[in-house]
Parts: sequence; structure tokens; C-alpha cells
Amino acid sequence: MSLPTDPTTAATLGHAIDPEVRRAGLVKRLVRIPTAVVALVWLVVVVAAAVLAPLLTSQSPTASDILDALAPRGPGHPLGTDGVGRDVWAQLIYGARTSLVGALIVVIVSLVVGLPAGLIAGYFRGRFDGISTWIASLLMAQPAIIILLVVLTQVGRNTALAMFVFGFVIAPGVFRLVRASVIAVREELFVDAARVSGLTDPRLIRRHILPVVVAPTVIQMSQIFGIAIVVQAGLEFLGLGSANQASWGGMLNDAFQAIYTAPRLLVWPALAIILTVTACALLGNALRDALGGAPAARRRRRRKELSDTGSVTVSTSPDVADDVALQIDSLVVSYPGAAGDREVVHGVSLAIRRGEVLGLVGESGSGKSQTAFSVLGLLPGAASMSADRIQFHGEDLTTLSGAAMNRLRGRRIGYIPQEPMSNLDPSFRVGSQLVDPMRHHLGLSRKDARAEALRLLERVGIRDPERVFDAYPHQISGGMAQRVLIAGAVSCNPELLIADEPTTALDVTVQAEVLDLIRELQAEREMAVLLVTHNFGVVADICDTVAVMRDGRIVEVASADDLFSDPQDAYTRMLLESSVEGAPARKPLPVIGATR
Amino acid sequence: MTETPLLEVDDLVVEYDVRGFRRSPVRVLHGIALDVRRGETLGLVGESGSGKSTLGRAVLGLAPVTEGEIRFEGRAISGLGKRERRALSSDIQVVFQDPYTSLNPAMTVGDILAEPLAVGGVAKGEARQRVKDLLDAVHLPTDAAQRLPREFSGGQRQRVAIARALCREPKLIVCDEPVSALDLSTQARVLDLFVEIQERTGVAYLFVSHDLAVVRHIAHRVAVMYRGEIVELGDGDTVTSTPEHPYTQKLLLASPVPDPDAQATRRARRLEAASSGAGGAR
Repeated sequence: MSLPTDPTTAATLGHAIDPEVRRAGLVKRLVRIPTAVVALVWLVVVVAAAVLAPLLTSQSPTASDILDALAPRGPGHPLGTDGVGRDVWAQLIYGARTSLVGALIVVIVSLVVGLPAGLIAGYFRGRFDGISTWIASLLMAQPAIIILLVVLTQVGRNTALAMFVFGFVIAPGVFRLVRASVIAVREELFVDAARVSGLTDPRLIRRHILPVVVAPTVIQMSQIFGIAIVVQAGLEFLGLGSANQASWGGMLNDAFQAIYTAPRLLVWPALAIILTVTACALLGNALRDALGGAPAARRRRRRKELSDTGSVTVSTSPDVADDVALQIDSLVVSYPGAAGDREVVHGVSLAIRRGEVLGLVGESGSGKSQTAFSVLGLLPGAASMSADRIQFHGEDLTTLSGAAMNRLRGRRIGYIPQEPMSNLDPSFRVGSQLVDPMRHHLGLSRKDARAEALRLLERVGIRDPERVFDAYPHQISGGMAQRVLIAGAVSCNPELLIADEPTTALDVTVQAEVLDLIRELQAEREMAVLLVTHNFGVVADICDTVAVMRDGRIVEVASADDLFSDPQDAYTRMLLESSVEGAPARKPLPVIGATR
Repeated sequence: MTETPLLEVDDLVVEYDVRGFRRSPVRVLHGIALDVRRGETLGLVGESGSGKSTLGRAVLGLAPVTEGEIRFEGRAISGLGKRERRALSSDIQVVFQDPYTSLNPAMTVGDILAEPLAVGGVAKGEARQRVKDLLDAVHLPTDAAQRLPREFSGGQRQRVAIARALCREPKLIVCDEPVSALDLSTQARVLDLFVEIQERTGVAYLFVSHDLAVVRHIAHRVAVMYRGEIVELGDGDTVTSTPEHPYTQKLLLASPVPDPDAQATRRARRLEAASSGAGGAR
């Protein structure tokens, strides 16, 4: 039941929620990630060695002394000498200089070319976007190494120039990333609002667009830095680097010449390249985590079984009347938080009789959906749930295994979600999404299930069932999709239907039709319905009984008639009075001259 | 009697290009005509896809005007250059539907409110005082200025968005479903805030909503949109209680009333109307 918990992701996740730490800045968040610390330390060491090279060795990296060739480690040569007698340690630290400068050239050139072009193309679109995207695609289609070889054969060996050209070759990658980020943020309403506020374009880009682009670009730069070191070493290994300049790739080349006599010479440049490139990649990943762009970290799954509360009631308790479809006693739902568990449902109890429609009403955060999901056993993994009893027709759901719950869901308990579109799988046809559960739960043959699905589609008021059966979800409207989901929910003749804000995403005219449909199906099959909603109009339309929730507690349960005519709780009264429905209309504006 | 309306829209057509070779553009608005007077709220009601939000965006200069004209204080503002459009920002402002995405999550509330002031050339010290006054005007605590949008509830964020719209003391605010993402009790309070601000400052609203009851509460006059056209335009009370056009009638009968008996009556009338085929559009 429990997944292994990665302390790193758990830590970053925990802090991501805490606003204080979020404000604390990137560096603070970065040092909480162990791999980032290791990578940073290594990169600092390399940079320090490169900068302080003259202090770290008195040897020249290029001075050869053929008499001292292949000298072992010893005083004066901490790592020995190579085939022509050059000091390996000096070559290594001066080589770091070459590598870092080369990589820096690539980063700067790709940034200077790619960032402004990406910003302009993404923000203004139009012709510049078309042309620059075309050029970027063309460049990306060229093999970089060929371009570099051509350039170097034309102008001769020159590491800095090669890296300069490579900066251009890799710039389209930066361009595309920046452009994509800009296009995404440009659709945000706050950018529209800034435009309406009269911000000039440069100011708008600086204040609202650039900050969003920075994070992905920084991550990409750390990766490009690593790639540049590898490409540069490759060129130098091929003998295309600048002459008279120590470099890691050049060292590899030299070591390769002496591979049979002194294989140890390969070790140092290889280690330097591998460690530095790995550090760049790890830093990139850590930056992504620290900047909040990490893929959703696994949440701790911690399902407290009922036994902890020590108050499990035996299933067939006598105080549950025969016609009660669902009985919930003292339901508690909580989520782990930074400061201990946070309880969102505090001991909710309610009962629904066969053929009754119970409305569970409340504002956002009142715990109404959490209550409904508890019955379905579909709370998010992080949640822990306990109840004295959740009894469904004599069976205690809290004691059921996952498999037994699965047999119940869809078969005896139907569910209608709030967002019809996101609850249909876009890659399957509507028909197969209806047929599969029926074959699974009812054991129907493919042909029978199809006939039944078509009959259901017709029943929920779809005029052309064959077409909808063969359609993909994106080919039907939102109202139609909700009808399909209702057809699916009632396909196995459930005894209890749980509808979570089933009409909130729909237009009022469609809402009225969907409510009619739920009412008819409910009456026809004598289903019990648990309807979660925030809309008192919907409650008045369809519910027999209403439970009002506030902050995880039920404050009032009453028949719909009583609730509207004589609300007992102050909160219920406040909610009903807040309704603008039926309030007097605003007076017409006085004719000119009368007021202003 | 012949006062020039604050905002006039004449035969407005908006089309969007469709991607793809030789695809004809989609016409979202088909010749819309309306006007908004100074200090007035014009409610714009319709279902999704009716073009009501597009109309609001066209007034704000965020949607392309294909044909027709939009005039503000008698001056044509459709097809203005960027510089002239920016100058209008002190007169026309906006409050969007979603208070979660309409505020930049990386900026403090104080910075969000100070930004339009800086555009208007208000000095820093004065801007700080103005931000304080604005927060006060929308009934938010003064220390809100140092906090980030995510530290506020939906209703509070919408108050921030309203404060931002008020920064430059505009003459017209386009409100695009400003209360539909809010909880019921918050909705009523935010609507009251809109009315209070209008009565104090004389600002006009073009108030877009899908909810007849909300529009009835705030609008002096109401226009009903259906498939890119205005099907009914008139006095708020009349349009929202005894509409003439079949589509508005259908819309009204489909809106549930929070009273079981009244709703049962309304439902019966709706089903009757639907079966007699007078439902207008489907």
C-alpha cells in the first residue's frame, strides 16, 4: 500500500508549500538538494582551479621536455608527465580554463541569439515568428559536427571560433524553448490585464514575460554548458583545437597515442570531463526541482486502516433501517501538512434512503466533495480517512478490500463527475468506454453490451446514438459528454448514484435538461442519489433532503421544503440570503440631468 | 437629452482566422450594436459560445474588429495604433473572470496595484498612498500590499483585481464574468462592492455574465446574446423577469430558483414550453 518515500522529493515538496521558504530564494532551496550541493561544489572546484592555475602549479602546461617523457608521479610532477614530457597536473588545470571559457562562449552566444529572438517571436508572433522559426528548424536539421568541421577546415584550428559557431548552431534550441514559454504565458489573463493597464510592450515583456522565461532558460543553460564541454573535447581529440593551448580533449588525444605505454594518462582528462559534465546535468535537474518545474513528485501514500481508531462497528448493526441505502457515521478525512495532519472533514454523519436524493451543499473547501470521494474510496493517496461506519446496503465499505471496492464501484455505486470532458478518455471511442464496464461488471457479450449501450444513449436523450457511439470525446459537446457519463453511471443499474457538481460546468439550458434526466432515471430505478452542489437552485430543483456543510462539518440537515422555508442554522440562513436569485432588479439609471 | 453615450458599438463583426489552408475565418460576432451611458451598467447575458466575452475583449482592444465601429466618448477606438490604445488605458479597464490567473503570481499585491499607477506617471511615494486607498476602497487590509496573490482567497483576489481596475479612475470597466468563479456568499459581497463603487465614482460597467440573476442584481439595462447576435436588449427588470424573445424566455425558465415550490412551477412551465415547440433555439 505504501510507496517508498524519497526524502529529497518529500523535502522539496514540503517546502514548496511553505510560502516563507518559497520566498527565501533559489540558492536556499538549491542547497537543500544533496545532488545540487555536490554538483555545485565540484563546479566551484573546477572554476577555482582554472582561475588560480598559476598559483597551483609553477609548471607550464605547454613546455615539453623530451628527456622527462612519461615521468611517473613525483616531486615537481604531482601527476607525472605525458609522452612529450609536459606536466599532466598543469595541463589538467590549464585545460579546465580552456574548457570553461569555451563552454561560456557557447552559452553566451546561444543566449544572445536565442533569447531575444525567442521573446520577440513568441510575443509578437507574425512574420518574424514565421521566418525565425523556419530558420531555427533549418539549423536544427543540420548535423552540428559537420558544420563545425567545415568551418574549421576553412579557417584552421581554433577552439574559440569553433565554440562561437557551435553557439549559433545550438541557439535554435534556446529560441524554441523561450518562444514556447512566452507563447504559454502570453495567453494568461494577467498579461491581458497588463496590456489593458497601458504597459508598453518592452515593459510588459520585462515585468511579466521575462521572469517566466528565466527558469527554463537557466536550466537549459546548465545543460548546454555540459554539452559544450563534450563537443569541445571531441573536437580537440580530433586535433582540431587551437595549437599551443592545454585542453582536456587534447590530453585525451595525446594519451591515446601512448595508450599501450602509459594508459594512466587517459584517466585524468577522462575523469575531469565526466565529472564536470555530470555535475552540469545534475545541477540542471536540481535547478528544475528548485524552480518548481519538477514533474509532480510522488505523494506519500498513507492510508490509515480503520483499526487505528479502534472503533470499527460490526457491519450488520441493528440501528440501520432496511431502506437505508447509505449510512455514514463520524467520517474524518485528513491530509498530511507541514505542521501535522490537517483535518478537512471532522466527523460527518449522514444517511440516504432508497429512492432519496440527498443534496450535500456547501462552499468551496467545506469538505463536501471529500465526503463523496470517501464513499467511493477515491480519495487522493495522501489522504487518510476513518469512519465509525460507511455502510452501503448492509456492507461496511471501510472494511472492504481494494478489489471488493472495485467490484462495487461502477456496478452498484455509480458516479457522475463535474468535468465531463476530462472524465472521458480522449483516445478511446465513446462506445468502448460504455461497453467495457458492462462487459466487466455484467458479463455481457460484446454484441449485447453494444446493444445495451445504444439503448442507454438513446435513454439519456441522445438523438443519434450510433454516431455518438462511434465518436471520440472531442467530437461531442460538453452537454452530450455529460449525458454519456450519466449513461455510463447508470449502465449497471446502481443502487446509489454519486454526482459531484454534475451540472456546474454546463450552460443553464443544458443544466436543466441534465437535471431532468437524473430525476427521471432516479425515479425509474428507485436509486439513492448523493448530489454534491453549491447551487441552491439545483437543490430546490431535485433534492428531497439537504445537508449543509461548512468547514468539514454538517451544520444542518432538513427536508428541502423545510430548509428553504425555515432554515435553522445561521450559516444556512446567511447562504440563502446571499443568493441574488429573486432579489429585486436594479432600478433603471435616472435620465440624464437628474443626477450628474 | 442628446448626451453622447460613453461607449457605442455599431454593427460590430469579429472574425477569427482558422488555421489551415484556405479555411474561411470563423465569424464570432455578427453585427452587434449597443451603447453604454456614463455611470450605467449594461449587462450582457448569454451561454458559452454566444460571443459575449469576445464583445468585451473587442472593446478592450484584445479581439480583432473585422467590420463596424466601437466609439468611446464619440471617438472611434477600433483599429487604434498601439500608442493611442495605451492612452485609453486610463479610461477603460477590465476585471476578468478568473482571479487565479488574472494576477501575476510572482508579484506582490502592492506591485500589481502600483504598476498601472507607474504607467500613469504617478510618483512612487504618492503611489504607495494610492495603493493604500485602493485596498481600503475594496475593503482589504492595508498589509495586503506586501503579500502574494496566492495568500488570498478567490473573493479577496477578485477584490485585488477590482482595485487594479480602479487605479487610473477609469470611466468604463469591462467585467468579464467577474463573480462566476466565486462562492455564493462571496459572490453577493463582491457584487455589492461593484454597486458601491459605481455609486461613489460614477464609473460605467459592461458586465458580462451567464447568470440572469447576477445581471438582474447589477445591471440597469440588459442585452441577451445568442450565437453572436443580440436577440433582446432592454430595461433590466423587464428582460430578466418578463422577456419577449423566446431564447431569453428559455434561458429564464432554465435557471433554477432556490425555492422548491417556485422551482417546480418554473420547471413545469419549461417542460410545457419545450413540448409545445416554443423553446426557440436548441
